Amino acid sequence: MRDRYLPLLATIAVFAALYIAGGMFYPRIFSSLVFGHLLADNAFIIIAAIGVTFVIISGGIDLSIGSMIGFVGVAMASLIQAGWDPVLVLVLVLVFGLLYGAFQGFIIDFCDIQPFIATLSGLFLLRGACFMVNLNSTPIRSPFVSWFNNIYVDLPGGGFLTGGALVMLFMLALAIVIAHYTRFGTNVYAMGGDRPSAILMGMPMRRTTVMIYALAGFYSAVAGVIYAMNTSSGYPLAGNTLELSAIAASVLGGTMLTGGVGLVVGALFGGMILALISTIIIFNGSLNGAWIMIATGFLLFAFIVIQRWIVSSFSSAAKAD
Amino acid sequence: MAEPTSYRVEMRGVSKTFPGVRALDSVDLHLREGEVHALLGENGAGKSTLIKILTGALERDEGSVLLDGKPVEVHTTAEAQALGISTVYQEVNLIPTLSVTKNLTLGRQPTRYGLISWRKARMMAEERLKRLRLDIDPERPLGYYSVAIQQLVAIARALEDDTRVLVLDEPTASLDAEETELLFQIVRDLKAKGIAVVFITHFIDQVYQIADRISVLRNGRLVGTASTAELPRLKLISLMIGRELEKLGNRPVRAADDTIGAPALEAENLGRKRVMSPFDLTVHAGEVVGLAGLLGSGRTQTAKLIFGAIKPDSGTMKIASKPVGHFSPRGSLQQGLAFCPEDRKADGLIGELTVRENIILSLQAKRGWHHQLSRKDQDRLADDMIKALAIATPDAEKPVGQLSGGNQQKVVLARSLVSQPTALLLDEPTRGIDVGAHAEIVALIRRLCTEGLALLVASSEFDELVAVSDRIAVLRDRNKVAEIAGDEITRENIINAIAHR
Repeated sequence: MRDRYLPLLATIAVFAALYIAGGMFYPRIFSSLVFGHLLADNAFIIIAAIGVTFVIISGGIDLSIGSMIGFVGVAMASLIQAGWDPVLVLVLVLVFGLLYGAFQGFIIDFCDIQPFIATLSGLFLLRGACFMVNLNSTPIRSPFVSWFNNIYVDLPGGGFLTGGALVMLFMLALAIVIAHYTRFGTNVYAMGGDRPSAILMGMPMRRTTVMIYALAGFYSAVAGVIYAMNTSSGYPLAGNTLELSAIAASVLGGTMLTGGVGLVVGALFGGMILALISTIIIFNGSLNGAWIMIATGFLLFAFIVIQRWIVSSFSSAAKAD
Repeated sequence: MAEPTSYRVEMRGVSKTFPGVRALDSVDLHLREGEVHALLGENGAGKSTLIKILTGALERDEGSVLLDGKPVEVHTTAEAQALGISTVYQEVNLIPTLSVTKNLTLGRQPTRYGLISWRKARMMAEERLKRLRLDIDPERPLGYYSVAIQQLVAIARALEDDTRVLVLDEPTASLDAEETELLFQIVRDLKAKGIAVVFITHFIDQVYQIADRISVLRNGRLVGTASTAELPRLKLISLMIGRELEKLGNRPVRAADDTIGAPALEAENLGRKRVMSPFDLTVHAGEVVGLAGLLGSGRTQTAKLIFGAIKPDSGTMKIASKPVGHFSPRGSLQQGLAFCPEDRKADGLIGELTVRENIILSLQAKRGWHHQLSRKDQDRLADDMIKALAIATPDAEKPVGQLSGGNQQKVVLARSLVSQPTALLLDEPTRGIDVGAHAEIVALIRRLCTEGLALLVASSEFDELVAVSDRIAVLRDRNKVAEIAGDEITRENIINAIAHR
């Protein structure tokens, strides 16, 4: 019980250390304005990371996230430009994300294909579809989008939460309920923890697999919608390699790629760590963007080593028991 | 016996045929209320087929199954569970990363408005743990606890209020003595509740500790059911391995001890907890030492401990009088020890590679990959071996997977021999090969021995061991219990040693 939260505590400690260290150099980081911006600017990454956390806990992977984000944006822009009702378009693209994810999950289970390959094909398919729809950036102009982009909830100290941040927090709460208070959620953990045993315990493998990837597809689509609305455009290259950032956020949040271990709330902190790194480096001004990736790489590496260490000390304790 | 209606389970004339194999041939199994019934038999006897039919994992071809006197048709394990027939498999089939509560409630979590009520789930889990008098924290991950506790949690999950039959498939395989006793206490409790417990094991001692009655299967047939008190060990073991008393005169007369040289292998107090109790064993150059024992007695484990494939946690080893510092297969190979594993396909040969490539594989590994054997040397070595062992293959470039079982086994031997070991460990060298090849392998083992090689041969076939061995170490329940030498080596003496307490 306590051990379960150990990786998350490590994540929160890293986040707090980065936040405090950053704030010492650039006190503005402590302002609620910057904090609100951190949440707003990274809401879509965190949403995608929450979705992929389910997949990773189940022992799988989803590489189609970035392409889904791009495709959702391009599809929204084109349909709205063609005069479709934006709310209808919104519902359509979310349903598309859900169904495409379900399709990937079905292929993975029915054809017994590794998730890596099945979703890699999704990465290419959906990115290709982006370019089929439109080669250029298409602006999204609609009263609905303007309305959404003007939603603000004030934070004490002059900052505010944007609509995107609010959606992200809602999606996080939903994910926590799904992961910890539904049979499906427990099945996800069981599947990643020990697949053969889960089968012998009578778990519905196909249904669970389909639902996991459907959920991830849906979260990717939501991330795509938020991204498109924030930028007010559909751009066929949007979200390129974002699946890797989402996976990184999930892993930084304490989810183990071997499956069975992790918490969805970790995705929030993992995403915020990534956001903080880039914010600090941008605040610095003299360091270029390359340092964002280098620092992320270092941190990710350190984290995997720490996780490995936690897990091995944990299992040796079990042996001594 | 008592009137049939008093049986909890009656399996009558159950038969099952798999393509090419009659796995069960009209087997009867009767389980009484509140008894522990041991089901014994060697590999391929049909134990697991019989149990799978009882638990709905397989369907029978013929026969009938009665539960409390009523005929039942069980098609799935879920149906069996609903009828009160529960199974706990050998490997703990739970999720180590999930908490005990989650493991106990998976798939049947109490929900409220569609959401799981963890408070109720925890109460449910505690109830189940209490039934087995298990006092553990249900919120800890299962993997935190020892294998024994995990095993008990698996039983707690399998047990329902209305469980009538509980099948325990080798539950003690990875438990130590204390843990086994803990499990047995619980089994006695369950027995007192009227549950019929089927206990499958390879440990003869444990059978006499806990079982009320014993059924023995051999080659798909029931060879006997008796109460434990009426079935002495000697009789039981004879039943298990069969007693077609063919002549034992085929033991070759040996030259006197003059071929026996210096010790090639010396194991002292070598062992590993839960795997094999510490044992002493010496094999001299020019000597064949047999490892005899029933299934699960620790034959393979003994060989693997000596080879370093299982790391010992006690004892020392010397190879050719040089102490082994760090146990590892690679180190053993370099010190002149070679090992031919039991499962050629899984541990030994690489079917897609050619005969030549397989033969030179371990020699090359021993030399290190930067000292490549020239193609000429490879060809020469392969051809020599093919000739020396009479491997039936058109040429050295044929993929090993296409050879017969006996010839594959010879390639395994050849591979060990090209590295010119001082000692060779053979685990079940004749498993799965035909009679002719069998005799050839036996003759080959003797010949290698006269050439001064030290051989340790583990086998489930006592006759084979009697034929090849100069000395036999007898194993029982992962203990070395006796050593037999010279004229004492007979099938009877091996059986006596296993049965003797």
